[in-house]
Formats: sequence, C-alpha cells, structure tokens
Amino acid sequence: MGCELAQTRLHAYLDGELDATGSADFNQHLRNCPVCAGALEEEEALRQGLQQARLYSRAPAGLKLRIAESFPGIRAQKSAGLGLISWRWFAVAMALLLAAFVGWRQLSIGNQRTAAVVAAVDAHLRSLQPGHLADVQSTDQHTVKPWFDGKLDFAPPVRDFSSADFPLLGGRLDVIEGRTVAALVYGRRKHFISVFVEKAAPDTSWSGSGEAQGYHWTAWNKDGFTFCGVSDVSLADLNRLKELFIQD
Amino acid sequence: MPPDLATDVLNEDDRSRFEAIVMPHLDAAYNLARWLLGGRNEAEDVTQDAMLRAYRFFNTFHSGDARAWLLQIVRNCCYTWLQKNRKWVDVDELDDASVPREKETPETLAISLNDRERLTRALEQLSPHFREILVLRELEGCSYKEIAAITSRPIGTIMSALARARQQLRVLLIAPASKEARLGL
Repeated sequence: MGCELAQTRLHAYLDGELDATGSADFNQHLRNCPVCAGALEEEEALRQGLQQARLYSRAPAGLKLRIAESFPGIRAQKSAGLGLISWRWFAVAMALLLAAFVGWRQLSIGNQRTAAVVAAVDAHLRSLQPGHLADVQSTDQHTVKPWFDGKLDFAPPVRDFSSADFPLLGGRLDVIEGRTVAALVYGRRKHFISVFVEKAAPDTSWSGSGEAQGYHWTAWNKDGFTFCGVSDVSLADLNRLKELFIQD
Repeated sequence: MPPDLATDVLNEDDRSRFEAIVMPHLDAAYNLARWLLGGRNEAEDVTQDAMLRAYRFFNTFHSGDARAWLLQIVRNCCYTWLQKNRKWVDVDELDDASVPREKETPETLAISLNDRERLTRALEQLSPHFREILVLRELEGCSYKEIAAITSRPIGTIMSALARARQQLRVLLIAPASKEARLGL
C-alpha cells in the first residue's frame, strides 16, 4: 500500500471501518511509514480531545416531560393530577414503569435474576436524573474508595480504568432489592456505566448478561463480590469493563 | 407547537413500542439539534417538534435502527429551522470535490480535557454539514453506514467528508484568529 492509498484509508482505519484485510494492510504500511504513522497519531489526538471534552449535550429533563405531555398516548399512562407533582417524581414513576416492563420481559431468565436486573436497571435510571449520578465525584480511586468507609459493611474494590477509556467518575450508595450496595460510576465516551457491587451471597449471587429496554447489563462474581454493570453502551463495551475488573 | 398536530394516531402497542425504542434516543436527538442550531431553546423546540413528528410517523418505521431513523427526522427539522430563520444557506460543499485541501501546518495539536471551550468554538465555526458529521461520528459514535442513512448520502461521501471535517477542525484549532481566511469562508 502506498502513502496515497494509506491517506485515504487512514480515516476509515481510525473509525474502525476497514475490514480485517484492509486493517492488516494499513498496519503493514504504518510500520514502514513514519509520515502516515504521525498523521494517524494526530487524528487520534484530535479524536481523543473531542471525545473527552464532554461536548455531548444531554436533553434537559424538563424536555422529556414536555414531550411526554405532547403525546396523547403517553399522557394516558400518567396518573391524574400529575401537574401538581414535580417532573422528578414523574421520571421516577416512568423508570419504575419501565423497570416493571423490563421485569415482565425478562421473566424467562428466572425470578431471582429478574428482580435483580429490574432493580439494577431501575437504580441506573434513577442515577441518570440530574444530581443523582454520584455522591462522591472523583476520578481518583483513592478518593472514592475511602468514601465508602463506614457506609457499607464491606469495602468495595474501586479501580480507575482511564487507561482503557473507562474513566472512574465517582461512586454512590444505592439500594438493590433492599440491600445497600456500592455503585461505581464509569464513563464511556458520553455514556455512563453504573457498576453495582455487593458481597456475594448464595441467594444474591448471579451472573449473565442481556438487554433490557435499550439498556445492557452484565453481572459477574469475583473475590466474594457480585458485580452488575448497567449502561446504554454496547454489550461489548460492558463486557470489556467486566474483563478489566476480572483481570485486575 | 399547535396542539392539533398531536393526533392520537398510535394504538396502545405502538405507543409502548415508541416509548421503548424511540424515546431512549432523546439525548441523541437533543445533542444533534443543539450542535446544529447552537442555542438551547432552539434545540429544545426543534427536538420536541421532531419527536412529535417521529411519533406521528411511527407507523412508517418498521424495524431497523431507531436512532438513525429519529436522527434523520431531527436533522431535517434542524435544516428546515435554519433555512426558515435564515441562519444558513445550504451550499452542499460535501459533494463539491473542488474545495481545495488545506495544507496542514507542522504544529502538533495538543488537546487536553480542558479544551472544551476551544473545541466548542472550533466546531461551531464549521459549516453544519461538516459539524453534523463530526458530532454523529465522535460524540454519538455512529458508524459510516448510520451517518450515511441519517444524512442521506453515500458512504463514500461520508468517509471523505469526515477526513475534510477533521482537517478543517484542526485548522480552526491551530489558527482560530485567521480561520475565515484559511477556510475561505
């Protein structure tokens, strides 16, 4: 592959749009061409800057309600007198409805796990409401870990995976099926991932992965803890984070 | 928004489906509108309009990529708004291969997490066609195929347009002061 061809393929390579053969050819060219290697580095720096600068604008929560109100179909599902209640409660109610629906859809995976998935997705949804993402906001694992001291009867493993593009953003306490658990918040580009951690017990330990209403979840056990990651990132990304935890 | 637009066109099942597969992409819709229109208020209004349109035309969506389908509607609403409010004249420079390629300067771009404002300014100076393609790729994580579907362009155009969008963005980041001259805007 010559430089000219490499230049046109550089962006496709950067964006993961080349097939295996194309990638291999491009890699081969990179090894022998410092100019193209430098150009790729520049592009990667620009991409990293764009993706890490928090340029993503999430919809304001008020907009969600305004839109919901403009649909007759959605209005039918609200209780009477909602106008008197704040949108926050409406959002929580919607999350519960959604979680209930998720639960109904996931019946086949067994009641035990269903309840835990429902609770985890529900907790993740709640955390996405403004101001609920993290009780302690820090990218430093040595700040987040001690924060849990005295708040739980166990010390959750807290790790930052910034180097693998899963930066630790903070932590919070959450309640899953009546049990207080640690929730670690990770970022993945503009998305958030909640990783719930609790002590593994015979009746609460579970594993597996799946999709529930546009949210992915994956659960695993390690070192006497049960972990459950919930996010709208791809299942592949969630599993990558799981691998990082397991390898750690 | 005239209330009579919101007709009760969906049955109970379709409503649930809409909530389950379209509503989760509200953030994506708003983000695209925000970057295309600039202001928060405009973005909120146009997103709401687009959501309502999506709701009313949900019967035309059968299966596939709900996000791409919704973003296509959002994009159309945005361009209609831009043209109606005379914020921008649509010159389709993406299909125009004659635009000269900017020679890159040897300076290395050092972009850190603190450069949010600098990146925002530079992105806002790009034309909407280049901006949307970068927003869809870098912020929304869309594949070329999805971007092609959203913007109704061939995939080959997306690839070359992304290359040029990144190049222009880099030029704007390196020399913000003289960007008009350098981009020939």
